[in-house]
Amino acid sequence: MTEDVIIFGSLRNRLVVILTGGAALLAIILFLFVRGYATLIAQQGQDNILSASVSSILGTAALRDGKVQLDFPYASLTMLNTPADDRVFYAIYADGELLSGYENLEVPKLQAGDEGTFASLTYDGAQIRVATATRTLIGADMPRQVSVSVAQTQDALSDTLNRISSNVALFGTGFFALATALSFWATSTTIGQLHRLTTAVTRRGPQDLSPFSKPVPSEMAPLVGSLNTLMLRLDQSFKQSEEFIAEAAHRVRTPLATVRSYAEATLQRVQNLENRNALRAMVRAIDESSRAAGQLLDHAMVTFRAENLSRENVDLVELLGDLVRRMTPIAEMRDVTLKLDAREPALMSGDPILLQNAFRNLVDNALKYAPSDSTITVQVHTTPTLSVNVKDQGVGFQADEIHKLAGRFVRGSDTSDQIGSGLGLTIAQDVTLAHGGKMILSNRRKGGACVTLQF
Amino acid sequence: MKYLLVEDNYALANAVCSRIGLDGHTVDHAAKIEDAIAFVQAGEYDLILLDIMLPDGDGRSFLKQHRAGKNDTPVIILTARSEVSDRISLLDLGADDYVTKPFDHAELQARCRAVLRRKAGTSQATIKVGDVEFDPVGGYLTVKENVINLRNRELRLLEMLMNAKGQVFSKQKLVDRLFSYDDDVSENAVEVYVGRLRRHLDGSSVQITTLRGLGYRLDYD
Repeated sequence: MTEDVIIFGSLRNRLVVILTGGAALLAIILFLFVRGYATLIAQQGQDNILSASVSSILGTAALRDGKVQLDFPYASLTMLNTPADDRVFYAIYADGELLSGYENLEVPKLQAGDEGTFASLTYDGAQIRVATATRTLIGADMPRQVSVSVAQTQDALSDTLNRISSNVALFGTGFFALATALSFWATSTTIGQLHRLTTAVTRRGPQDLSPFSKPVPSEMAPLVGSLNTLMLRLDQSFKQSEEFIAEAAHRVRTPLATVRSYAEATLQRVQNLENRNALRAMVRAIDESSRAAGQLLDHAMVTFRAENLSRENVDLVELLGDLVRRMTPIAEMRDVTLKLDAREPALMSGDPILLQNAFRNLVDNALKYAPSDSTITVQVHTTPTLSVNVKDQGVGFQADEIHKLAGRFVRGSDTSDQIGSGLGLTIAQDVTLAHGGKMILSNRRKGGACVTLQF
Repeated sequence: MKYLLVEDNYALANAVCSRIGLDGHTVDHAAKIEDAIAFVQAGEYDLILLDIMLPDGDGRSFLKQHRAGKNDTPVIILTARSEVSDRISLLDLGADDYVTKPFDHAELQARCRAVLRRKAGTSQATIKVGDVEFDPVGGYLTVKENVINLRNRELRLLEMLMNAKGQVFSKQKLVDRLFSYDDDVSENAVEVYVGRLRRHLDGSSVQITTLRGLGYRLDYD
């Protein structure tokens, strides 16, 4: 069946790809966001210190005798000390004229009205952050504009940022791994439900069409519902076809019985050889068709019952005793002795109707091939295992076809003069297999066939 | 022997009646349960052949009434169904045996004989010809107080010959009656059984005469 199913993708793979892909994307976004935020905060920290340094220097600016004077507080530079020994630069201008500091330190231009500003620049081959602030000193003659810039390299900052980044990356990876594990777990539990349903359906025999009754998740309910509806319809159609076979057999048998009885009665009166042969052929044909109808029905019933095997305690000796009594008149007609050889009750658990049917087919076969004045023995053994032999004194099985005789509609090549449908041994074998036993065909040493059913 | 056939299919009933008649038995035919009950109350029967599906009810209900009335006439069911569970319930209801349609007449006869033998004592319809006594049901032949147990084909052959004393039976006719239709037997096969019967009848007043080209006839002094 699986070969006929067109497979497109896999639910499991699709779920895993979506869930792990989502987790990876989330981890990357998280990483970028946290790092960006950390950068922002760290930069603000540096800016605050720089600005404090600038304003402490600027706060000492004063006009003395028309000249700008600054009292450079020591602390204004020591506050900038960092574990990474960042370098500090500064420049102080008064009305655009360098008063003190590094001449080539580029100072960002202040816009009008701006009290202070920050800029990131490159100086002396290093990334620096510059804070600049101005102050206007009101003197006697004219106002003087003092501008102070303090710059610092960013080694400590980038160290911190790197540390934060690697921590965040570690956290992101952990998050990704956990999310992936979770997605695998979620996927397998989800798929597991489907898998359990599949197993439960597959493990059933082909005849088990009872609805699936175990609880299923709500998403699977429609699927299971449709499955149950399908099973119900199948079951109904099976039952209908069984009833149909039974009814058909009934309809066919009654007129056949009429024709057969007429043919038999006429045969007793007719003298002409040609007419007699025609009548005999007719009777044979009727027997053949009624037998085929009967065995097809039996086979259908056996298949049905074997799948839903109802077990009860059966005494095989009692069952076979009834069968032998029932078959004895037919055996007597052929001057064949039918006897049951059993010493003690043979108890087993099984379906008596099926078992009876199986043994009837075996005895039927034996009767067909047994010569006149011979004996058919039904033998029951209880040790070492429970087994039943049906032995005749006929020609036996042909050695080269013995292994295929149990097949459906297979008949021995030497049986063309016997009426049969080729289902007898199939039925016996199916019944035996349903009871966990096996059927063995063999030939007796002194001639004759032996069929053993071993349970 | 006297049979009652309960069967609603007239064509089949006709054929079965004429076939049973050929064996020298008498048959009454009832097409429904009502008639069957009337027949059983009116007369004695050795055997009842009962169809299951009848226009005015199930043959099984007749069977129940029949058994409830302490009537122990053996009943053989004629059924067109072949479901085994069906058969078991038939026997549970008190049928003595059943045959599945279409049935081999010889099988029906064999079953009748077996059923009658089981009810031993009810029927002592022995046939007496000369100094020979023959019990077709039990299969015993008594020649000069010497009881011989006949095998089935010997028994059937003798029954045929004794039921129509002085009548000639062709070998072909005897083959038809003694062997089933799926046996391909030559007419000479009959000679074996005639030979056996002659040995059994040796010394009695009954002989089986061979009429060359015609067949066999039972004669007695």
